[in-house]
Amino acid sequence: MGKPSDLVQGTLDLLILKTLLPDAMHGWAIAKRIQQLSGEVLQVQQGSLYPALHRLEQQGWIKAKWAESETGRQAKFYSLTLAGRTQLEKETANWNRLSAAINLVVSEA
Amino acid sequence: MRWFDQLRMRVLMLFSRRRATRGLDDELSFHLDRQIAENLAAGMTPDEARYSALRTFGNPGLLRERSRASWSWNGLESFLRDLRYTARTLRRSPTFSLMAILVIALCIGAATSLFTIVRSVLLKPLPFRDPGQLVMVYEHFRGDWANQDGFNYNVVSPADYYDWRAQTHGFKDMAAWRWWQFNLTGERDELPEVVTAAAGTWNFFPLLGVQPALGRTFTESEDHPGSDVVMLTWSVFERRFAGDPSIVGRQIHLDGRPCTVVGILPRDFAYPDATVQAWVPYQSIATPESLRHHDWHGSHVIARLVPTVSLDNAISQVEAVQYREHMQYLNAPVAEDVAPRAISDDLAKDVKKPLILLMCAVACMLLIGCLNVANLLVARGAARQKEVAIRGALGAQRSTLVREQLTESLLICFVGGAAGVLLSLTATRWLAHAWKDLPSAQGIRVDGVVLGFACALVFVAALLAGLLPAISSTGKAVFAALQASSRTTGGSLSRTALRKTLLTVEIGVTVVLLIAAGLLLKSFVRLRTTDVGCTTDSVLTMSYSLPKEKYDKPEKVNAFNESLLTRLRALPGVRAVALGSTLPANSWGGDDVFTISEHPPIRPGAELPDALNRLADPAYFTALGIPLLQGRFFTMQDRDDHGKKVIISNQLARQYFPGENPIGKHLLDSARDKAGLEVVGVVGDTLWQVGQPTKATMYFPLFSGNFENSFGFSLAVRTASGPLAMSVPVQKQIAGLDPQLPVSDVLTFDQVIGGSIGNASFSATLVLAFAALSLLLASVGLYGVLSYLMTQRMTEIGIRIALGARREQVLRLALADGLRPAILGLAFGLAASAAAVRLIQSMLYKTEPFDPAVFALVAAALLLVAAAACLVPAWRASRLDPMQALRTE
Repeated sequence: MGKPSDLVQGTLDLLILKTLLPDAMHGWAIAKRIQQLSGEVLQVQQGSLYPALHRLEQQGWIKAKWAESETGRQAKFYSLTLAGRTQLEKETANWNRLSAAINLVVSEA
Repeated sequence: MRWFDQLRMRVLMLFSRRRATRGLDDELSFHLDRQIAENLAAGMTPDEARYSALRTFGNPGLLRERSRASWSWNGLESFLRDLRYTARTLRRSPTFSLMAILVIALCIGAATSLFTIVRSVLLKPLPFRDPGQLVMVYEHFRGDWANQDGFNYNVVSPADYYDWRAQTHGFKDMAAWRWWQFNLTGERDELPEVVTAAAGTWNFFPLLGVQPALGRTFTESEDHPGSDVVMLTWSVFERRFAGDPSIVGRQIHLDGRPCTVVGILPRDFAYPDATVQAWVPYQSIATPESLRHHDWHGSHVIARLVPTVSLDNAISQVEAVQYREHMQYLNAPVAEDVAPRAISDDLAKDVKKPLILLMCAVACMLLIGCLNVANLLVARGAARQKEVAIRGALGAQRSTLVREQLTESLLICFVGGAAGVLLSLTATRWLAHAWKDLPSAQGIRVDGVVLGFACALVFVAALLAGLLPAISSTGKAVFAALQASSRTTGGSLSRTALRKTLLTVEIGVTVVLLIAAGLLLKSFVRLRTTDVGCTTDSVLTMSYSLPKEKYDKPEKVNAFNESLLTRLRALPGVRAVALGSTLPANSWGGDDVFTISEHPPIRPGAELPDALNRLADPAYFTALGIPLLQGRFFTMQDRDDHGKKVIISNQLARQYFPGENPIGKHLLDSARDKAGLEVVGVVGDTLWQVGQPTKATMYFPLFSGNFENSFGFSLAVRTASGPLAMSVPVQKQIAGLDPQLPVSDVLTFDQVIGGSIGNASFSATLVLAFAALSLLLASVGLYGVLSYLMTQRMTEIGIRIALGARREQVLRLALADGLRPAILGLAFGLAASAAAVRLIQSMLYKTEPFDPAVFALVAAALLLVAAAACLVPAWRASRLDPMQALRTE
């Protein structure tokens, strides 16, 4: 999945929320983690990552804090809010339902 | 707590937007640096690492925009940006901006002032408890004469009021009041003054729900003849008694009689008028006999509705009682019907029509102002055509472009509106002060609602002025501008058509305003120059009333009047003196019903003869220049027992003695005397008020002792020159006879007449001012449009001149171009006026609404002004140097 436009907007949100579940990270780390966890298949482009991060922040699912990163520079760390956790569960359930339905159709003989 | 986080984000985005922007930049640069570091670690050279990172990064500007697009308050940010840009543009063309702002300021200022007054007078609720439940109840006579303005709501007689209150159950309660007047004299040698007062029944204030500021209101036991309690209004309390609360319980002297002050009314209570200074109980000014009269009308009745009983139901009960009275007293002027009226209508009756007229005139002026600004905006839009075309081609949506243009008109209207509101503060104060007829029961103030109205006006004006130019300048035709080369001669015809249409409408509305103003002015001039029937030149008038306590016998009254007349006639500079009860053109005075002894008796139920009653001294008619038509004037012998004489006016003779000689006949005025009064003379008619037709009048000799309840007299002094200069010597003579006697209404006759037509004068002046302003705006608009047209056609005209056209031909061409919209507008305006003038017909006096002179004058004036406005651009066009024109871009 090279082209970011293939990713439905909601799916990127789901990925970001899931990635932030364990602990807070900055944008670069989120992109790297998603790449890592998906086995190098999903490469999130900056063009869609940062708009998505800002949108999620405006909607209250994640909150941001400036802190020192591992390299010593200041970076903006995002973490999940309580509402975000609930939203993550909801979106996961949605995704499961959706993908199961698509699987059913695609695997029809 | 998602909402909390969301709220926090919104607040952050609103107030620390710059910090957020810096944060975004830092965030993106951090990401870029990490990518570069990764590339370096992968083995690229620093330059390669950087380029590769930037390539994957994409366009940073676009990235920033996309991130910012998700921030809240984006709409506000773009609006503020539009505003800043618009302000810069407007600052760069100061003439245009200032002119547009001035026009809007004038229009919105006028509209706001008028709205303030309309609101206080017509719309605001009165300071009573549940004013919607209060209604005035009047009597109504059956007869054609009783259906015109001023007579259809007849004041009530005391006996009728008491019968209604006792015998009907439809209303919760009814109260009555009537006008009165007192001489207020001082306890410690303060100057005496005449105070306007009112007498109200004991339940008047409780019915209205008015609580006194100090003390108490009247009790039922105090409402009887000869009662000596009084309540003061706040204004006289502050003015004459220095706001000292100890006045409550003390005595003041009214007409020489000591009266105890029992209470002070609150500051904001100004019913029925701000001139009322004192209230006394209703019966205290009456005699037991006068309270039983069904035919002495003078009181106003207020009733409070019961929520469960409808007004019609309650009124029908009262009507039944009244009709019974009428049938019982068929030979007396007792009314048959009853007419209710809302209390707010009652207070505003004199000014309602003029106010509505003025509101319409202001609305017209506002429309013209907006059209003018629209015209100016269209001109500006023409100059920016290429810019708009390029932006449209680059992808700007039409709504964005329209929105930006609307911002411009919004900014102009907002600044103009703010200036206008400031203007209206002074204008309102001046209007309220100068327009004497305005009921100021609540005080006229600019408050929140008025400001809200001004804001709404600003938006409406912005839309009116901005929408059309915005839409027209962003249409598809605009792209043709990109292809327009400098050599084309077509210009943009659609824009000129639009401007011409706007101008035509503007001129049409101006014509309507001008015609209305012309008609009102003519009517006012007719009013002003009406012949009252007597001399009004250099005549000083004043009034005084002799208090009953001191002047208890008619001999004392006669003695005072006689010595006053002798003294005044001896003064240098005095040509003649007339003394009577009410002078001509002063007011109704009073009227009496009479019968003629020599005529057959009136059949019961028929209309009774009625005439105004006046007192006159023997030299009254000669002093005032009223001609004698038959018989003789009064002499000094017509007094006391020999005073049973009467002089009638020509109108009375014509109306009630048709075709016969009235001299020697006898009138029976049951209100005055049981014996008949002999008619000794017929005199010329006078008007009781300018603008009203003359009414039959009968004059009684001054010294006949034939007075009514009050001993009020009016003096008219004809002077050699400078009537006001005589006022002090005359007052000194009066003071010489009785130092305690105050004098009121010291005015020249001209001032009295001017005061009585105040409404007409006001409406005419204001509408004329609006019309003149609109004419100015229209002419400036016409000038602007023609200049613009000529500039557009410059190349064409240059070619014409080069090909041999004469200057005069070009001049004619230009003038025709400019005058065409003017003539069209004139035609449209005349047609619209034909419909509109019918609405003001009721306000015109002796002027036909379709007065050809006014219409012709307005048309001529407009054409003249239009020609003058077109002349300069036309002249410039004819003087064009063809080589210059052809070379110009």
